[in-house]
Amino acid sequence: MRAPRAALICALPLLATVAGAELGGDAKAGEQVFRRCIACHQVGPDARHRTGPQLNDILGAPAASQGDYRYSPAMAKAGAEELIWTAEALNRFLASPRAYMPGTKMGFRGLAAPEDRADVIAYLASFSEGTAAPQAAGFALSPEVLALDGDAEYGAYLAAECTTCHQADGDNDGIPAIINMQQEAFVTAMHAYKQKHRANPAMQLIASRLGDEEIAALAAHFTTLGN
Amino acid sequence: MKLDRRMFIGTGAAATASLAAPMLRADGHAKPRVVVIGGGAGGATAARYIAKDSEGAISVTLIEPTRTYYTCFFSNLYLGGFKEIGDLAHSYGGLAASGVNVVHDWAVGVDRDARTVALAGGGSVGYDKLILSPGIDFVEGAVPGWDLSAQNAMPHAYKAGSQTELLRAQLRAMPQGGTFAMVAPPNPYRCPPGPYERVSMVAHYLKANNPTAKILIADPKEGFSKQALFEEGWAAHYSGMIERIGPDFGGGDASVDPVAMTLTIDGDETPVDVCNVIPAMKAGRIAELAGVTDGNWAPVNAADMSSKADPDIHVLGDASQQGDMPKSGFSANSQAKVCANAVRGALTGSRVFPARFSNTCWSLIDINDGVKVGATYEATDEKIAKVDGFVSQTGESAEVRQATYEESEGWYAGITADMFGA
Repeated sequence: MRAPRAALICALPLLATVAGAELGGDAKAGEQVFRRCIACHQVGPDARHRTGPQLNDILGAPAASQGDYRYSPAMAKAGAEELIWTAEALNRFLASPRAYMPGTKMGFRGLAAPEDRADVIAYLASFSEGTAAPQAAGFALSPEVLALDGDAEYGAYLAAECTTCHQADGDNDGIPAIINMQQEAFVTAMHAYKQKHRANPAMQLIASRLGDEEIAALAAHFTTLGN
Repeated sequence: MKLDRRMFIGTGAAATASLAAPMLRADGHAKPRVVVIGGGAGGATAARYIAKDSEGAISVTLIEPTRTYYTCFFSNLYLGGFKEIGDLAHSYGGLAASGVNVVHDWAVGVDRDARTVALAGGGSVGYDKLILSPGIDFVEGAVPGWDLSAQNAMPHAYKAGSQTELLRAQLRAMPQGGTFAMVAPPNPYRCPPGPYERVSMVAHYLKANNPTAKILIADPKEGFSKQALFEEGWAAHYSGMIERIGPDFGGGDASVDPVAMTLTIDGDETPVDVCNVIPAMKAGRIAELAGVTDGNWAPVNAADMSSKADPDIHVLGDASQQGDMPKSGFSANSQAKVCANAVRGALTGSRVFPARFSNTCWSLIDINDGVKVGATYEATDEKIAKVDGFVSQTGESAEVRQATYEESEGWYAGITADMFGA
């Protein structure tokens, strides 16, 4: 069930903020949930790295993007593969960090309750607003584009161009898996490449000739695969 | 050569019936038949996609002589010691599991009137649509002194497998300070960066194991794919080891003596210890036997890869003459999916979408020093035409180069899964 999309014409971090709220999260309740994180993480003014990295501006940031923190090889690899901490990616990570990212240093077992995850993401989002991640500066997507209902059969044809590199069964041997992505994360990522806010030249090239309908069609296909 | 029609008398009745049958069968009991010749990046992909997407509505037969397929892509990394031969090997079990009837035999002739393919082992297979993806053969007499009977003394190693193993064994047996020679091919040929990635991988091996050895390249081309990147890498990693003689200095006038083990460039004879002869190429022989070639290659229509000589035959990959795409495994795989969509549509009425093609070629210069070039393509009335492209830049950081190499590993896993359904 998707909440109505309001006021999504914005920079990516702000988009991510709204997306965080879209998970149904309440930042105030999230402050309570975040107490389970503070043994290792700080957020807010004066936040510094502890056992875990500080979490200001985490929404919309590429994974492993703070140069002065020592990430696990698994997290560094996710960064090299351009994982972006969208609300949805955080939602999945926080559900079970070690299942989502085998090899992460984060020893926390995860937040089982979807409400807790939504709340804590909304809380983190409140410290992310207004500071664009370098790759995402000025990136904008209209709600109409995000809401497009794609033609899954066309998407299946277009997806054949993806599966030359991205394995259809979700295995990852150096190129990230793209099945099981949420539609919004998929569409956002493709438009970010298309508008050259993400760096990989092969992906920029592929995305450059995909129209809004085609990106929606691909999202419809890969969402179907995921389910 | 055209096969004698009488060879097909045994299946003549069925073939005649299929000739008269419309593509969309009203009778419902005979499935349309697709035959694919060649189980590489084009053929395996086309067979798998048609079988998978038609969900049993089309009978798909793949004719491929070998039971184990060794990818040409990444075979240079095997020469450099980054891979073992088993890493390049793939079986056809996944295709069979996808519903493809895999026949391990040589296709030795195509009767386009009867729509049958003759097999070396006897008998023939009828088709409604035939997909040829036979890869390359070598142009006879392209390098004076060399023919296929000399391939053990001077391997081409441009069809992966035993030839690649032989070249690696010869490289490793080279005397200290010896000479590894390469006769590079003229355009167009399979895998444009391939000879130069090979030189890089050979240099990588020699630098560690035989550092006073030299590499000598006779090259008939003025320039080559990713030249600035390779030359930058050779200067940085293998300074003084590699000498390339281009056409201005007689690189186009090379001959060999496989018995005396000499390479003669522009009249100058040089003794060599290993000589990798990569001759000029042409479409795999079955394309010529089917009568769909014009010169060395098989011209196709860009929209669906159908032969310009026969609408019921499609030609994929290296063998096709399609326009701007390089002859690469990635290109063949891309073309196969466009072809599969069109063939399935013609046979079952499924939706046919506009052709779109892409290609990316990764090359490894040294440990974690990967580069890539890629482009997108579209179908025009005349050809497959390039839309846009990119290439790695000289002076990139070590991190970018390492990420590019790691990406190539991901691509290898991806494309082989896409081809073989592993």
